Amino acid sequence: MADLILTKQTLDRIDQVLQSLLTASGAHTVLLIDKAGQLISFQGTMDQEKVASLAALTAANYGATTAIARLFGEEEFTLLFHKGKEENLHFSNVGEEYLMITVFNNNTHLGLVRLEVRKGLEHIEAMFAENLRQWFNT
Amino acid sequence: MAIISFRSDEIHCKIVYYGPGRGGKTTNLITIHKALGHQVRGELLSIDTAGDRTLFFDFLPMDLGSIGKFRIKISLYTVPGQVRYNDTRKLVLKGVDGIVFVADSLEARKGNNVESLKNLGDNLHDQGKSILELPLVLQYKKRDLTGSRVALLPVEEMEADLNANGHYPSFPASALKGDGVRETFKKICMMTVVDVSSRLLKDKGMSLTG
Repeated sequence: MADLILTKQTLDRIDQVLQSLLTASGAHTVLLIDKAGQLISFQGTMDQEKVASLAALTAANYGATTAIARLFGEEEFTLLFHKGKEENLHFSNVGEEYLMITVFNNNTHLGLVRLEVRKGLEHIEAMFAENLRQWFNT
Repeated sequence: MAIISFRSDEIHCKIVYYGPGRGGKTTNLITIHKALGHQVRGELLSIDTAGDRTLFFDFLPMDLGSIGKFRIKISLYTVPGQVRYNDTRKLVLKGVDGIVFVADSLEARKGNNVESLKNLGDNLHDQGKSILELPLVLQYKKRDLTGSRVALLPVEEMEADLNANGHYPSFPASALKGDGVRETFKKICMMTVVDVSSRLLKDKGMSLTG
């Protein structure tokens, strides 16, 4: 797992993508984290103190789920969904090393969230590639 | 894996407390959590302990303030010490930047310490990292039992077992009384931040203060 250096431009653009994902999907919070559990960026209304815990737990949860996937001969499950009475969570792989967590309530639908998450993922994956190029060229 | 953000000038590092079961890794985090003010620490998260044994991990996020222009944020984790939870240990170890190895001073645990340190080396190797290159601090726990009826390993013997070349800094400690916990924590934070910043900033002609 490589270290990550984020330039200001990349972070600003990541935030823009996350913000438009929130607007388009009707979700209330979205987080981008690495698989070691470190928060890269977050947008939304969730309590800041809980965000760090959510990042750490999600990375661990994802790791455990990957171990389950391997029991079935799958390399990994690329997305996860937790449904609650009020709150729902959608987890998705971003490239090899990152995860996106979208938190939404019953004001929107899973289908819409999945669609918008998929659009956002493409942008973010491209940005990580661009971020690496920027850093190595400076 | 460390993250350096140049928008907010933050460095995020991950430090893991590793060691054999019942050694006092969780107690370290509880002591640190109690000793620090609200402005520094986040919430201590302990996952599903069965009979006080860590099943998954403990997690404590912290904001250590600024060094030079960078704000230092650290996440502390513990691993489950029991031998059978190696998959979980590997998971928690992912992307680690610094390690505290918490060794048990009880004479009966001599073998467990050596085995756990070897296990740490193997798990790091699987990640493509070398135990010799990563910042690592040894902590010899339960020194407060010195003079009691419980047989303890002398510090010299523990050094010979775990730190024969004197490669790592080491601290005697008692997490229950709090001795040595702060010293260990300060040392590993310093080593980790220096290591991360020299690795990531130096080749760009930058340093923590410049």
